[in-house]
Amino acid sequence: MANSESGQPLAVAPQAYGALWRGLLRPLRTVAQPAAAVALALACGAALLAFNGYDARAVIDVMVLGVFQDTRSIAEILLKATPLILIGVGLCVAFRCSIWNIGAEGQFYAGAAAATAIGVSFNGLGAWLYVPLVMLAGALAGAAWAAIAGLLKIYFRASEIVTTIMLNYIALIMTSYLVTGPLRDAAAAYPQSARLVQEAWMPRILPPTRLHIGILVALVLAVVMYVFLFRSARGYALRVVGISPDAARYAGISVPRNIMISICLSGSMAGLAGAFEIAGVTRRLFQSISPGYGFEGIAVALLANNNPIGAIFSGLLFAVLRSGSELMQITAQIPQVLVLVIQGIVILSVVGFAVLRIPSLRPSE
Amino acid sequence: MSGRQLLLMDGIHKRFGPLIVSAGVTLDIEENEIHALLGENGAGKTVLMSILCGVLSPDEGQIIFKGQALKPGSPRQAIKHRIGMVHQHFMLVPNLTVAENYVLGQGSPFSVIRDMKTVHARIVELSDRYGLGVKPDALISDLSVGEQQRVEILKVLYHGVELLILDEPTAVLTPQETDRLLHLLRRLVEDGKTVIFISHKLDEVIRVSDRVSVMRDAKVVRTVKTSETNARELARMMVGRDVLMDLPRAPIEPGRVVLSVEHLNCDGESGLPALHGVSFQVRANEIVGIAGVSGNGQSELALALTGLLPIASGSVTLEGAELVGRSSHDINQMPIAHIPEDRHRMGIVLPLPLTENVILQRFDKPPFSSRGMLDMSEITRQTRDLMRRFQVKASGPGDRIQNLSGGNQQKLVVGRELDRRFDFLLINQLTRGIDIGATELVMHKILEQRSAGKAILLISTELEELFTLCDRILVMYEGRLVGEMPPDRGRLEEIGLLMAGKSPMSAA
Repeated sequence: MANSESGQPLAVAPQAYGALWRGLLRPLRTVAQPAAAVALALACGAALLAFNGYDARAVIDVMVLGVFQDTRSIAEILLKATPLILIGVGLCVAFRCSIWNIGAEGQFYAGAAAATAIGVSFNGLGAWLYVPLVMLAGALAGAAWAAIAGLLKIYFRASEIVTTIMLNYIALIMTSYLVTGPLRDAAAAYPQSARLVQEAWMPRILPPTRLHIGILVALVLAVVMYVFLFRSARGYALRVVGISPDAARYAGISVPRNIMISICLSGSMAGLAGAFEIAGVTRRLFQSISPGYGFEGIAVALLANNNPIGAIFSGLLFAVLRSGSELMQITAQIPQVLVLVIQGIVILSVVGFAVLRIPSLRPSE
Repeated sequence: MSGRQLLLMDGIHKRFGPLIVSAGVTLDIEENEIHALLGENGAGKTVLMSILCGVLSPDEGQIIFKGQALKPGSPRQAIKHRIGMVHQHFMLVPNLTVAENYVLGQGSPFSVIRDMKTVHARIVELSDRYGLGVKPDALISDLSVGEQQRVEILKVLYHGVELLILDEPTAVLTPQETDRLLHLLRRLVEDGKTVIFISHKLDEVIRVSDRVSVMRDAKVVRTVKTSETNARELARMMVGRDVLMDLPRAPIEPGRVVLSVEHLNCDGESGLPALHGVSFQVRANEIVGIAGVSGNGQSELALALTGLLPIASGSVTLEGAELVGRSSHDINQMPIAHIPEDRHRMGIVLPLPLTENVILQRFDKPPFSSRGMLDMSEITRQTRDLMRRFQVKASGPGDRIQNLSGGNQQKLVVGRELDRRFDFLLINQLTRGIDIGATELVMHKILEQRSAGKAILLISTELEELFTLCDRILVMYEGRLVGEMPPDRGRLEEIGLLMAGKSPMSAA
């Protein structure tokens, strides 16, 4: 009797514990791998600094203190995080559909160019109309630029990896053409566009710093894209196409349509980031307007496991690293090459961990 | 046939997770014979040969080749002992020439590619000796499937194999090419080679082999001399299995015609014709079976009926509405449900939870979504309900479906499809790879649908499944319906012969 009575709770308990453990472990595991990736990269970076005769400890102190020194430096981080989050969130959508859009850099340029073209052209529109118009121009141009790769994939089965990379170069060269030709500011010594009409400038939210509304838009869009991907019917269809095109076709879900939706959404986010950079930071278009945001955005998305909410945090992290490496150069006198190497290690380690985690990125048998 | 043992595979065990793919198989091959390995799809033939070639390593058992134990799981060892395999899917680089493919992977990665002239000369010599017509400088992508196969065979000969394994070599060939291949196999044996020939086609096995080992359910059932057996006996060994159960089937007269297929012609994914003038009808309260060895057009029939494969000509009407020319999306909106053949590739999305697999076709319709947003609580509720009704064992509706056993996955697919609004139910392989309990449950559910007035088409390679469920059985062979049979177990051999492309009359 006693045995059979005690038998039941004993039989149930392991299951209950199992569920509890899984509940605790799941979020832990999600964070553990990105954290390990960053830790490994920083350790490698520190070792590299030490090996080259720098006091790694002191450099890290300078970085950490400098990065979070005052309101201005924090605003600068958020300013750098804005394009990274926007691009990263967009790429989460593309990657969830298994569309390997490597062209965010080009889409960023397309958006920046379109925002400039609109931003220098009108007068007396009023900021309420002009600011959204510039944002819309950037987003549409980015989407259109990405759509080229989408159409090439659908109609000619051209790998989007190849075409988006090629489109990056075209976008760069077209930007060069625009700032030396049609959009050139004749008064300037360097090839650059005229300054945007003041009504087109992004409103600043933390004067006297340069921080503008772009960061708020990026945060809102990250949440919107998360809801779209995981709570909406469209987002569900997009994910099914990404995991199993055969199952999608069987269920009557259009594969080409979702390819276009995902690539255009990611392109529009990159284009929007380009518009913010122009109308919020530089106020002018010039040749190398992006310091590689489009490529770093790939690492942002991968580190976040293609989760738009996660991309907020990985975007912030990369912005911190970027600010830190600038400080390394300026304050700690570390050569730029070494800084680039450390940045490279971070990205490699992040992508390496992502490959471990995401089955579809593993080399197939 | 010399009677001397060349190869002994002894007590080979292999499992993939819960699935046993080789259950203590013992196979002996004599020098200089053509040994056929006969069995249905999934019987374990290819797995056994992959173990022999070292591609897979067995959990238990040993391989003795010429009196010497082979190190398991080492392709290098198999190559060293001159064992070569021609796979069902060719292993050729399409944008290289024949000769370039042959030198690929030869020697150490740092050695200089040997003199291509000698390579060319040897290819020509071997090709002439066996009448293969292989040109060393031809580009692989320019060759037909039959030619590519001869290139593959010549490749293993070029590398000097003694034991040649061919995995379903005739599956991709026309009858004429098949004749040519079988002829070639005899020439190779005359030249002192030994051949293992994997097939599920009875007539080829009888024509070409010296001995036959029949595989069923991951075991070798029997090995016999081909001269001492016949097609009837082999058919029984291959498909005959114990009756699992006898389910009560209410005697109902079939009602109105629900699905009507007329003169359906259709090309397969390879571009070759897969269906030739297929015509049949399925009525309400009726289960029509399509029997056949897999690869005879059944998959294409299922895909064509659901709009996943373009139809070349003919007509398909469902409740009077023409399906030809409609997209799979449109057909999904019609009163049709489809339990697909390949669960993992089509029926479910493995990394997603049960909930997101239940909504696969109806995700954008109420009650699963409203105004474009998924109603997660309703989806979870419905998933729980379906799990209860179809006895799907999982830790919860949020469990990833890849964590479930095949039987539980299939129960979820069957439940999902039966919950759709439909008049016509298309099933391609109801019980493949699932346990007896799940088999019994899904069979019961299908019979309930028959009583409820649905029209059901059941495509299956399992004859026992067809006998248990169907009102009549159509036999398909090479894209044609070659006969209709009552679901009478006493006529198993006749069905088996029809499936193998033989007429029951002439084989007697």
